[in-house]
Amino acid sequence: MPAVQETVERVKSIDVDQYKYGFETKIEVEKAPKGLDESTVRFISAKKNEPEWMLEWRLEAFRRWKTMQEPEWARVHYQKIDYQDLYYYAAPKKQAGPKSLDELDPEILETYKKLGIPLQEQEILAGVAEENRVYSKVAVDAVFDSVSVVTTFKEELKKAGVLFMSISEAIREHPDLVKKYLGSVVPVTDNFFATLNSAVFSDGSFVYVPKGVRCPMELSTYFRINEKQTGQFERTLIIADEGAYVSYLEGCTAPSRDENQLHAAVVELVALDNAEIKYSTVQNWYPGDSEGKGGVYNFVTKRGDCRGNGSKISWTQVETGSAITWKYPSCILRGDNSQGEFYSIAISNGHQQVDSGTKMIHLGKNTSSRIISKGIAAGISQNTYRGQVSAHRKASNARNFTNCDSLLIGDKCGAHTTPYIEAKNSSAVFEHEATTSKISDDMLFYCRQRGLSAEEAVALVVNGFVKDVLQHLPMEFAVEAQKLIAISLEGSVG
Amino acid sequence: MALLEVKDLHARVEEKEILRGLDLKVNAGEVHAIMGPNGSGKSTLSYVLAGKDDYEVTGGSATLDGEDLLVLEPDERAAKGLFLAFQYPIEIPGVASMTFLRTAVNSVRKKRGEEELSTPDFLRLVRERAKELNIKDDMLKRPVNVGFSGGEKKRNEILQMALLEPKMCVLDETDSGLDIDALKIVADGVNRLRAKNRGFLVITHYQRLLDHIVPDVVHVMARGKIVRTGGPELAHELEAKGYAGYENAA
Repeated sequence: MPAVQETVERVKSIDVDQYKYGFETKIEVEKAPKGLDESTVRFISAKKNEPEWMLEWRLEAFRRWKTMQEPEWARVHYQKIDYQDLYYYAAPKKQAGPKSLDELDPEILETYKKLGIPLQEQEILAGVAEENRVYSKVAVDAVFDSVSVVTTFKEELKKAGVLFMSISEAIREHPDLVKKYLGSVVPVTDNFFATLNSAVFSDGSFVYVPKGVRCPMELSTYFRINEKQTGQFERTLIIADEGAYVSYLEGCTAPSRDENQLHAAVVELVALDNAEIKYSTVQNWYPGDSEGKGGVYNFVTKRGDCRGNGSKISWTQVETGSAITWKYPSCILRGDNSQGEFYSIAISNGHQQVDSGTKMIHLGKNTSSRIISKGIAAGISQNTYRGQVSAHRKASNARNFTNCDSLLIGDKCGAHTTPYIEAKNSSAVFEHEATTSKISDDMLFYCRQRGLSAEEAVALVVNGFVKDVLQHLPMEFAVEAQKLIAISLEGSVG
Repeated sequence: MALLEVKDLHARVEEKEILRGLDLKVNAGEVHAIMGPNGSGKSTLSYVLAGKDDYEVTGGSATLDGEDLLVLEPDERAAKGLFLAFQYPIEIPGVASMTFLRTAVNSVRKKRGEEELSTPDFLRLVRERAKELNIKDDMLKRPVNVGFSGGEKKRNEILQMALLEPKMCVLDETDSGLDIDALKIVADGVNRLRAKNRGFLVITHYQRLLDHIVPDVVHVMARGKIVRTGGPELAHELEAKGYAGYENAA
């Protein structure tokens, strides 16, 4: 039928890489010399005016890293990374460190504006809202390549006792806290990428919420890789002291480039007695073009430690970008009665490869965890859920519920589920549910017969599929995420 | 000008020719029934009219209000006023029926150049139509067709038909899987929608549906074409004698 053929052609002509954040900001930068050796580590540390102990910490990590092998167990394939062919540090020249908004390079301000990230405290305070979009107050730490360029609402947060700043600043201003907690969740020796990060991390966010304080607003960090051939190694550390609560969101984008960019981050969360941390991610790194060229390698170690009794850590992630995602936000349920949650939507289209999931390590008594994972594969992408749930000998009454669903769009993609379950305590109850389904032609035809275009039909079906997870995102980001999902799947039918 | 006019329509699925020169004319205000043995091509006709992929038209034409249907996308045909009530309505997990109805109604209205309905107006309209079909609020909150009984699925189809205000309604074996009470509710729903400016094509294997939706014209389809046309009495004759005489008629 000619009409159908036409649709197929038209849909094909819509590239999968309609990546609207692909622009590049022209700005003067200062870089470390290309390549990685001890002098690179010293260069970064010196640029940050770090104390001696921090440099030592980095150097130890670097020495360790040299003895380590890149992991190969994930279901992802890529050309070997030449770690000597990368820049490990790039910073906007005029910007030595985070400053006030007035001093910020207008080019950078413009960049974040284009990305839709509110950096203007005034505007938000005045309640200026774009059409259909109401901002509640969100404090933002903006990380541009290797440095944090600005952190908003710092003063207001300080009044509540909340520390929110770049990690470089925290190392200088709150060394005791950093010394005590940095590397306490993800040890320096944890894995190849985490160790590399420990040696060369350049910036990231630091949050400390003191005892009994409920953080008065959402905190958010926005990561942007701009420079060519530059790796971004950010380090985030969030500590919720006894009875504290904080909700934190990270977002990420990068320009469209032919080469692959490396992003190896480490995020550590510490929740003390009865504290709660909610960590949400909307990851939209550049995924590469329709031929599979370019895109970000996202090799990230995220782990939360429910160190205190009755503490709770909740991860929510919407993963739509990156050429390769290797990421397992995990919870160590150390405190008695602690809870861990992982809610995930991972979408792969085009040539993307996703290997993502979580680990729930039950150590304390009466600990519980919940995993809801929704994987959506389109194009010729591969989407793997990899999860580990384990109960220690002493973790009596450990409970886990896992629900892991995959949705396939088209017949050239793959969805894989690899759960590891290990119970060393006979009172543990672990449940695992998994389904795989396909958006069928019948489903699309049914929707289209009711007047929906092909794209609307896919968006409707997918939104139904991910609904359980979307509702765990903070309201204003759920709307964004919903749009992002629709964009990520454009061109996936046909 | 007929509302729906099909001329010498040929279509195939994969390599198999199913429609072999079908002619049909339905005027506005009329209800036509198509009856025929299994495999005669009745469902294929409905899918071809609605524009389903994999149904390839190899010859002939089909127009709605004089406009060529066959060059349009399925959603454009829906916007032009073609509605197909499915024999097996599709389940859409996670999507509330209400959301689905709203998306459909607004998509169609947009394509017809009409304003989208406001939420209160839409809710009022849905509740009104749902009540006529004995559809409870609870059913509208559930995901589309998921866990619906056969009767609920068919009532849901008629609800969609009522909301989308089509010109030409094609009902594909709407009576299959219905007990007599459900059949009556569905038939009443259809009869309420009968109007001067609207045509119906009721595809069925059995005569019993036609006791409730009384057609103006009855066609017999066999081997991919219409082989006989008559009044309502033809349906009774078929009920009595069966399709035996038609299997090889073409």
